[in-house]
Amino acid sequence: MFGLFWLVPAMPFAGFAILALMGSRLSRNAIASVGAGTVGISAVISLGLGLRFLLSPPSGHTYTLSLWTWIDVAGFTPHFALYLDALSMVMTLIVTVVGFLIHVYSIEYMRDDPAYSRFFAYMNLFVGSMLMLVLADNLLLLYLGWEGVGLCSYLLIGFWYSNPANGRAAVKAFVVTRVGDTAMALGLFLLFTKLGTLDIQEMMQRASEQWPVGSGIAVLAAALLLGGAVGKSAQLPLQVWLPDAMAGPTPVSALIHAATMVTAGVYLIARMHTVFELAPPVLMLVAVVGAVTLLLAGFAALTQRDIKRVLAYSTISQIGYMFLALGVGAYSAAIFHLFTHAFFKALLFMGAGAIILALHHEQDMFKMGGLRKQMPVVFWTFLIGAMSLAALPLVTAGFYSKDMILYEAWSSHIGGPVFWLAGCAGAIITGLYTFRMVILTFFGEQKTAPGHGPGLCIKIPLIVLALFSTIAGFLEIPRSLGNVPLFSDFLEAALPHAPLIEGSVFIEALLQVIAICGVLAGVAAAIILFARRREYIRNLLAKPWAAYLHELWFAGWGFDALYHALFVQPYVYIAQVNKDDFTDSFYNELARLTAAFHRALSATQTGRLRWYMMGIAAGAAITLAIVVFL
Amino acid sequence: MIGAIPMTHGLIAAAVLFALGLVGLLVRRNIIYMLMCIEIMLNAAGLAFIVAASRWGQPDGQIMFMVILSTAAAEVAVGLALVLRFYSRFKTLDADIANDMRG
Repeated sequence: MFGLFWLVPAMPFAGFAILALMGSRLSRNAIASVGAGTVGISAVISLGLGLRFLLSPPSGHTYTLSLWTWIDVAGFTPHFALYLDALSMVMTLIVTVVGFLIHVYSIEYMRDDPAYSRFFAYMNLFVGSMLMLVLADNLLLLYLGWEGVGLCSYLLIGFWYSNPANGRAAVKAFVVTRVGDTAMALGLFLLFTKLGTLDIQEMMQRASEQWPVGSGIAVLAAALLLGGAVGKSAQLPLQVWLPDAMAGPTPVSALIHAATMVTAGVYLIARMHTVFELAPPVLMLVAVVGAVTLLLAGFAALTQRDIKRVLAYSTISQIGYMFLALGVGAYSAAIFHLFTHAFFKALLFMGAGAIILALHHEQDMFKMGGLRKQMPVVFWTFLIGAMSLAALPLVTAGFYSKDMILYEAWSSHIGGPVFWLAGCAGAIITGLYTFRMVILTFFGEQKTAPGHGPGLCIKIPLIVLALFSTIAGFLEIPRSLGNVPLFSDFLEAALPHAPLIEGSVFIEALLQVIAICGVLAGVAAAIILFARRREYIRNLLAKPWAAYLHELWFAGWGFDALYHALFVQPYVYIAQVNKDDFTDSFYNELARLTAAFHRALSATQTGRLRWYMMGIAAGAAITLAIVVFL
Repeated sequence: MIGAIPMTHGLIAAAVLFALGLVGLLVRRNIIYMLMCIEIMLNAAGLAFIVAASRWGQPDGQIMFMVILSTAAAEVAVGLALVLRFYSRFKTLDADIANDMRG
């Protein structure tokens, strides 16, 4: 069974190859079955693998499948090898199962698009690359997958390339993540030169043997890896690309920019946790970045009009939670939140996509409203997703994962009440912006009449994901509610549990109650502000400071303007100055001189024969004179 | 017998002939006169070859003169044909009229 698991990444690549080579000759049904089918087979295989992994785990809870030697140069021999442990198993399940559901959804969502096969080819390539990323046995292969998903992200954001704004968004996403990727590549070079291997497990071993805790090299390596993670996962200060990435088709946002690719940074840090543990300052930085990002993005999400941008900022904010968890050493909490977030955020994006499709590509929430009655399936599933995102207590998956993060942030040795407080404040904001979105979209009076409702290919994935968004939380129930740590037990072998300050169950329950009160307060505030008393908001926005703050948050804290002034404008200025290069001036003068000679010479071409003759005679005389007298 | 004439005299005659041809070429505007001046210059060159050949008693100079003679004949044939075309086009023999090809 484990021998078959190379098929998991191979199937989507095969689908990509078929669609890329023959896509234009296949019928739409054939394209859909190749596109979704290959990922479906991967999902079935990985489900089987997951079951097998659970029932009879391989020795050491890891399984390495070495396919071939990739490169063999002067002792540098990275293998093309897949590495399966609890962490990559969880990631593989998320990528294939959620990926498959989104592919099924895309069959209907993209039905009228002329570039049907191109879409599925890119999506399959993405799934394949993402699987390479999570299954890679060495950092070089991981980096291949890392760049592959970046490429697919670029291609799919700019999928509707005839609109220049989409192309700009794609380039922005590519360039901004490239900043992080460059840091990550430098990190790989550093790790390889210092440790002599790129094999992840061996590297971890050597790092913990050779580097003392807090050594400069370890800090530098961890900081460079963090740069890559921050870029890919859209965390401060490289978060600016994700809201613009919503220019892509909605299934792309659901798959790449919510469920899988943007969480690659979280995966990377969890995978390389040994290096990060050797660098406590960087681990602290991870937590701070997460805490600050989750708050900033939450505030920005409060003011957006475009439903997809709300979800984008919310994704940034939720990944902030994951970073916070990673930073305090709560790796399994981070991965658990990644797991539940993949379900409910994909669900929310797909629900938003169903609305956008029914409203003829209207994305402004203020032009929606009253869709509760017309689209009951979308409404109920979206509501379940929203409840999970807002972490409403007991019945939602988001509650359990967020609760785990909050508790561990409080009781970890690295964390403390400050991080817990940031997380709680974030939970209030999350409740507020989530239910603002739900109320604006589904309640109130109808502003745009919906067209045809969603078909089965949209409804089934929504219902399945709504189910997951509810039951996934029961895999990890905190001590105060019965103590069922299935998920963290499963991850135990791959991710050690950070030591916690022992606290009583009473404290834990108290913290939970406070967090729940915060969430409920946020939701209640949303209901009051956006459903009952709209005039509060109007009155508030009449005040200049509130209007200024609204504008600032709407522009995502003005990071775009800041980066434009800091990086883009100086670059453009340098480019303009350099256009008249100093070294070029010599060649420009040479060209000008040649042109002058040319003009002088062509002036002698008078067309008068006798002048030519004169020229010949004079030339002969001069030559003669030189020969005779010199 | 020809040896009685010193070589310098022959060469001076050739140079004078050449200068006459050159000056004629420069000052004349009639294209037929210009062709004739070219002939004069060619013949001046031929005379110089002959004089030199007789001075050293070598036949090469006479062979060179024959080459020049046949070149001149060919040149005149082509030249006269061009002059005919020229005249039929411009209705004149003035070479300065035909300065259409100036750069």
